[in-house]
Amino acid sequence: MLAYTIRRVGQSALVLLIVGLVAFAMFRFVGDPIDNMLGQERTAEDIERLRAQLGLDQPFVVQYYKFLEGAVQGNFGVSYRQGRPVAEILLERAPATLELAAVSGILAILFGIALGVFTAIRRDGVLANAIMSVSLIGVSLPTFLIGILLIYLFSVELGWLPSFGRGETVDLGGWSTGFLTESGLKALILPSITLGLYQMTLIMRLVRSEMLEVLRQDYIRFARARGLRDRAVNFRHALKNTMVPVITVIGLQLGAIIAFAIITETVFQWPGVGLLFINAIQFVDIPVMAAYLMLISVMFVGINLLVDILYFFIDPRLRAERSGGH
Amino acid sequence: MADPVLSIRDLSVEIPTRHGIVRPVDGVSYDIQAGEILGIVGESGAGKSMAGNAVIGLLNPPAHISKGEIWLNGQRIDHLKGDAMRRLRGKEIGMVFQDPLTSLNPLLRIGDQLIETMLTHLPISRTEAEKRAVAALEEVGIPGAAARVNSYPHEFSGGMRQRVVIALALCAEPSLVIADEPTTALDVSVQAQIIALLRRLCRDRGTAVMLITHDMGVIAEATDRVAVMYAGRLAELGPVRDVLTHPQHPYTHGLMASTPLASQGKSRLHQIPGAMPRLDAVPDGCAFNPRCPHATDKCRQAPVPRVSNGQAACWYPLVDEKVI
Amino acid sequence: MSDFPIPVKPKSRLRIALDSDLFYTFRRSPVAMVSAAVVLVLVLSAIFAPLIAPTNPFNPASLNLMNGFTPPMTPNAFTGESFFMGTDDQGRDVFSTILYGMRISLFVGVAAVFFAMVLGITLGLISGYVGGWTETIIMRTADVQLTFPSILVAMLIFGIAKGVTPVEYRDQMAIWVLILAIGLSDWVQFARVVRGATLVEKNKEYVQAARLIGRTPGAIMLRHILPNVLSPVLVIATISLALAIIAEATLSFLGVGAPPTQPSLGTLIRIGQGFLFSGEWWILLFPAITLLALALSVNLLGDWLRDALNPRLR
Repeated sequence: MLAYTIRRVGQSALVLLIVGLVAFAMFRFVGDPIDNMLGQERTAEDIERLRAQLGLDQPFVVQYYKFLEGAVQGNFGVSYRQGRPVAEILLERAPATLELAAVSGILAILFGIALGVFTAIRRDGVLANAIMSVSLIGVSLPTFLIGILLIYLFSVELGWLPSFGRGETVDLGGWSTGFLTESGLKALILPSITLGLYQMTLIMRLVRSEMLEVLRQDYIRFARARGLRDRAVNFRHALKNTMVPVITVIGLQLGAIIAFAIITETVFQWPGVGLLFINAIQFVDIPVMAAYLMLISVMFVGINLLVDILYFFIDPRLRAERSGGH
Repeated sequence: MADPVLSIRDLSVEIPTRHGIVRPVDGVSYDIQAGEILGIVGESGAGKSMAGNAVIGLLNPPAHISKGEIWLNGQRIDHLKGDAMRRLRGKEIGMVFQDPLTSLNPLLRIGDQLIETMLTHLPISRTEAEKRAVAALEEVGIPGAAARVNSYPHEFSGGMRQRVVIALALCAEPSLVIADEPTTALDVSVQAQIIALLRRLCRDRGTAVMLITHDMGVIAEATDRVAVMYAGRLAELGPVRDVLTHPQHPYTHGLMASTPLASQGKSRLHQIPGAMPRLDAVPDGCAFNPRCPHATDKCRQAPVPRVSNGQAACWYPLVDEKVI
Repeated sequence: MSDFPIPVKPKSRLRIALDSDLFYTFRRSPVAMVSAAVVLVLVLSAIFAPLIAPTNPFNPASLNLMNGFTPPMTPNAFTGESFFMGTDDQGRDVFSTILYGMRISLFVGVAAVFFAMVLGITLGLISGYVGGWTETIIMRTADVQLTFPSILVAMLIFGIAKGVTPVEYRDQMAIWVLILAIGLSDWVQFARVVRGATLVEKNKEYVQAARLIGRTPGAIMLRHILPNVLSPVLVIATISLALAIIAEATLSFLGVGAPPTQPSLGTLIRIGQGFLFSGEWWILLFPAITLLALALSVNLLGDWLRDALNPRLR
């Protein structure tokens, strides 16, 4: 277990180093940082001074190391566009995205698993088939169209919910939350549905197909042959086995939710890091792009690592294999 | 004779397919007494397992019982649905599957699987169930049962797992056990042990056993009576000695002659010409007639008589013809 | 469970020869036929847009600002002109903009998938055939890239490429940058499948034989191994096309794709969204429906193709 964990952490660190290299390369070679930071009126001394100040006169490896060192300390440089430290901007924006992603993720996982189990158990039922057909359309429907559709229905036509922004937020020691005000909660509804719907569809279809596979297994027939109640067969025996392959994908989907938040945040003008990233691309604000890339990689890699370790608690076979094998 | 534990009367199972209805079980009748082991033998596709699944109510749709009755301890059970049937499974009818490697849930400790089954059917406390789980494992010969209740299935060998499966099938003390090819997936060296175990447990408790197998060796070793199935129908039914040594049905005779066990000493095994018909193409009259050396026009037209104990479903039963 | 043989209806030789499975299953699947028809109609109308479209929306001479915001099938209050799907704020005929927009969407989608396919097949063949460090580097890159959603990868590549392009060329180059970004985000699937098949094929006798008679590795890969991987590649390409069309629309919608001077369906939806609140629904609705029809039918076609060609893929 320990050896395995160490190896996985090592692999994760390697991935982060590679992503860091990409981010650094962007930082260093895309556009000229000097161009971007100094205006049209500049002197040769200005350029030299800034080069030395930014460390651009040093060897590549040294620069890369300094970049990583800075990144680890949360120093991602200064936004070309806003002229403020990127870390500061990201921290300011992060709560909006994290709250949105958390609500969507919970929605997607809860409803995804519940509907997946339902459609697997009632595989020939009318309702289950209807859900499956709708989900096929859901997979082809681009997220932004879902958002627009919801805005049209609930904001324009019915006027029940706000179509953009976070509503009122409350500042809790640097964390601005929308959970504590009515307008904040109302503002969360449409974006979180938009963001969660696609992931929910994916989770549901996966849970369904895995569960159907599990329900065909001998041990399920044997459980039925022992007269266990349907509830015990479906949930204690089948669902647990279904979750083993599903957990990896759910982990990946959680990461994807943060990335897909870019789209939802744009549709709803949600003031999170995704909207920040899109604006950064539009204006080629490289430090913000690089920092966002690093941030989201850390999240992805962290989630993957967590999922892997979670397996030990679910599957006894892995516990035996891996702790014995390595 | 006492009332039988299981009594099957003229049972048929049908499966509608795109090419018409097929009948994997066709008008089969037999009884099993308490403490008796009835062997069901036949080639794959003869309908052996399907009859067992019908009894325990686990036919996969669209397969269904189309005709006949199933009586268990004087109660008619073939029409029971849902929860009523579920209560019988495990409690009154235990089932042992073929492959012990896939029969146990890999994510649950075997103790938990036992306790869960007992708590579902027996009015006992959890502590009592835990005690009985250990006892059940001891009874099927798992060494160090008290410690092994907390093991997961992958920590056992194939033979040990089949012992666990048997413990699970018997833990709520059913009056009937259906064992569907319980030794087919096991090493030859382990097969005899498992059969002996099953036999001993059922004798001790007076459990009736339906032992489904295609292995004549298992039949000879373990069963009291044997039912031979061919193309969904019962070909012959009788005490195991009689059927093995004096088969009356030409198919049984062919089967015996083609089994290494019964034809010891002969240099070549006998072969039955042809193959069992597909279920959508069972011939008129006796299903065996195209392969039977004694067939007449009567066999090709008239339906053969249904069998009862000690009889063969044949117009011209072989008389005193020894296999060896 | 069923331990008896399922009866199979025998087919005549003529039948087998005629339908070679694919066409046969196609005719038996109403979903596939409808999807194919929709795709065909949309693709043809995109190709022949200049012939079908009533106006050229990008020719300023043909526009009349007075026609702005004309609802569908209703004569304009000032000019009396009537438009099938109405007009946008600048008086452009929505039907025409959709036809031209679909051209861009389809072009970007097809080109991106083609680029991804060529890149993926090449890298897959090389890593499968050559092995060693080359393989490790290629497949590790693929693994790392696969950790991230492809839309994010595409955005990043778009951003980087945009940064590298001189400002004055950015709008002109946007379409090509878009193709590059979507293509680069999508090669992994192809590479994985091709590599897997290459590993299997490379040890077969006929490949060994070809090597013995002195065929170059390049010739062996192209002539002997490649034909064996075409059907899974075709399936992935179709499904990728649906994804690429959606990706393009998403990027353009977000404003990091096709520029307003060359609007794709996504750009049109971005523009239309602005008029949702003021009641000009048609500027948004018709491009959205077109995009949905295109993506859904290509998706369904891909699903069907996967089942028909290779039930075990996935």
